[in-house]
Amino acid sequence: MILSRREALVLALGSVAAAAIPLPALASVEEAVAAFTGGAAVTDGAGVTLTAPEIAENGNTVPVSVDAPGASAIMVLAAGNPTPAVATFTFGELAGAHMASTRIRLSKTQDVIAIAKLADGSFVRTSSEVKVTIGGCGG
Amino acid sequence: MISRREFLQASVAASALYGASGVGNWSRLAAQQALTQDQLLQFDAFGNVTLIHITDIHAQLKPIWFREPEINIGVGEVKGVPPHITGMDFIKQFNLQPGSPEAYALTYEDFVALGKTYGKMGGMDRVATVVKSIRAERPEAILLDGGDTWHGSMTSLLTKGQDVVNVMNKLGVEAMTSHWEWTLGTERVKEIVEGLPFPFLGQNIFDAEWDEPAFDPYTWFERGGAKIAVIGQAFPYMPIANPGWMFPEYSFGIRDERMQEMVDEVRAEGADLVVVLSHNGFDVDRKMASRVSGIDVILTGHTHDAIPEPVLVGETILIASGSHGKYVSRVDLDVRDGKMMGFRHKLIPIFADVITPDAEMAALIDAERAPFKEQLEEVVGKTESLLYRRGNFNGTWDDLICDAMLSERDAEIVMSPGVRWGASVMPGENITREDIYNATSMTYPNCYRTEMTGEFLNVILEDVADNLFNPDPYYQQGGDMVRVGGMGFAIDVGQPMGKRISEMTLLKTGEAIDPARNYVVAGWASVNEGTEGPPIWDVVESHIRKIGTIKLDPNTSVKVTGA
Repeated sequence: MILSRREALVLALGSVAAAAIPLPALASVEEAVAAFTGGAAVTDGAGVTLTAPEIAENGNTVPVSVDAPGASAIMVLAAGNPTPAVATFTFGELAGAHMASTRIRLSKTQDVIAIAKLADGSFVRTSSEVKVTIGGCGG
Repeated sequence: MISRREFLQASVAASALYGASGVGNWSRLAAQQALTQDQLLQFDAFGNVTLIHITDIHAQLKPIWFREPEINIGVGEVKGVPPHITGMDFIKQFNLQPGSPEAYALTYEDFVALGKTYGKMGGMDRVATVVKSIRAERPEAILLDGGDTWHGSMTSLLTKGQDVVNVMNKLGVEAMTSHWEWTLGTERVKEIVEGLPFPFLGQNIFDAEWDEPAFDPYTWFERGGAKIAVIGQAFPYMPIANPGWMFPEYSFGIRDERMQEMVDEVRAEGADLVVVLSHNGFDVDRKMASRVSGIDVILTGHTHDAIPEPVLVGETILIASGSHGKYVSRVDLDVRDGKMMGFRHKLIPIFADVITPDAEMAALIDAERAPFKEQLEEVVGKTESLLYRRGNFNGTWDDLICDAMLSERDAEIVMSPGVRWGASVMPGENITREDIYNATSMTYPNCYRTEMTGEFLNVILEDVADNLFNPDPYYQQGGDMVRVGGMGFAIDVGQPMGKRISEMTLLKTGEAIDPARNYVVAGWASVNEGTEGPPIWDVVESHIRKIGTIKLDPNTSVKVTGA
């Protein structure tokens, strides 16, 4: 069987790293966070890394990636979208890397949020502002 | 024992005091009517490595007039620090003499009067003389081009950049990075790059589909007994500030995590010196230098700043070499035991009447221009006013372009892009077709005519203002404010996005702009594919021909606060 590169990547993602489960549509960031953490405290900072462009080159397809060593799950939210929930990536015990990347649509300039459930069961959060601009005046 | 950090700081202080850096002591010599090429080039060689930096020449092969900005506001942490100082503040900060050649070169003060004394600046034949002279003394000097090279003139547009490519190859450039190059389109960029005798670097240029690196991130030099890595950083906001549809295969971005990886990689491979050749813009580079460790020198570009002394961020020195061929930077470095132990720097101003043109380069430039000579030199009109562009808000060149669009396109409101390139024209001079192209040349020049609501006009102004005045440099694209004709407005640069713009007024009637009403709007340089209309240079030429002699009234339509 000859796999195209795209198919191979899709397979690799599915089998090794992560499964992206669409979240039920939740109305707000708070509700989505509460559903993910079960109400547990979330601290800012170390443990989860979110990589997103400062300014989106195309708001319809913005590449974001998350990385949280040892995490069992990472949730990604787009705080300013009509439906903030983007995806939750879950990692099994045999996962070689606790990272995932995807492309998301952003309706306007907003914070993209990543919350990871770490190996010890605690939750950490990070966010990054992604600007969606009409642009057009480069020096 | 002196630590490296202390050494660097001491060296900056000493250079400021004794003139080993920056503009040196040629101001006094000039005051004695004795400015000579030897004095402009005078430099006490230092250390074992020499870098020569030129950037943002915007295809200007011949000497030009170029007025530096009067308004160049910095927000947040960079308020009031270089390059966000202008005029007399700049003169005081760097201990220049008002009326001296360096005050003329570096500030807008008395530009017209001093121009009569000191003449035009730049010209790649003069630059060639400077480069040859440095190489005669330091044969292993590395010549690096920061990009915005293949765009900005009538001849570069007509030859798709080939005239400048030929000139830069002859000059002996050894690596470059890019910005406006990409507006020639992917196919043409690839065609040129294949023929370049040096690498076209960009650690932040990625394949858009696969998110993989698409160009060489860095290149190596073994010079002066040192192993030197030069990492390229292309303009990060390429598909946002310029038409992404012209190079849809590529994605850009700052990507400072990868910059750190590249620095770590070259250090691990034994780099004694790490140089970043950047088109980020000065404030973005200043922030990047604080986040990425291990860079010795950033050769900055894009924002067209000329700063007579290096700016230090931690142990990284930032060099700002101006634009349009007005300056060449020479940086001598003492590199020993895998470390930069000290530096000496000079921003060499290219006074066209003082520096002898290199004969071979002059001949090449004339040969490149010969097929277009008549078109270039055709006189379209005359100006009584100084025509200049640079500055955060409307300059006279764009006032003229806006007048042309209002009249030729029968619009109520017009917009001209806040680009930082474009040579000046002195009062009393003829306006040639080349002059018009120097202010308008581009591959997406169509002057559209459309309708926009007052609300949408407000969105545009807020959006562009945030690209310029966002306190976080990583959200700045490095242009100036969009120029507006037919409409006045107030801007408070200290406010957040959405709250900076107020008092939008239709100048013709004095009425406030109605958010719900449609206005007839003309503009050019749209990044949207399929934009229709005549090229802007034809609109401007037609207008100037009707007027004959241009005389512009002072523009008071933008009220600026919060700076």
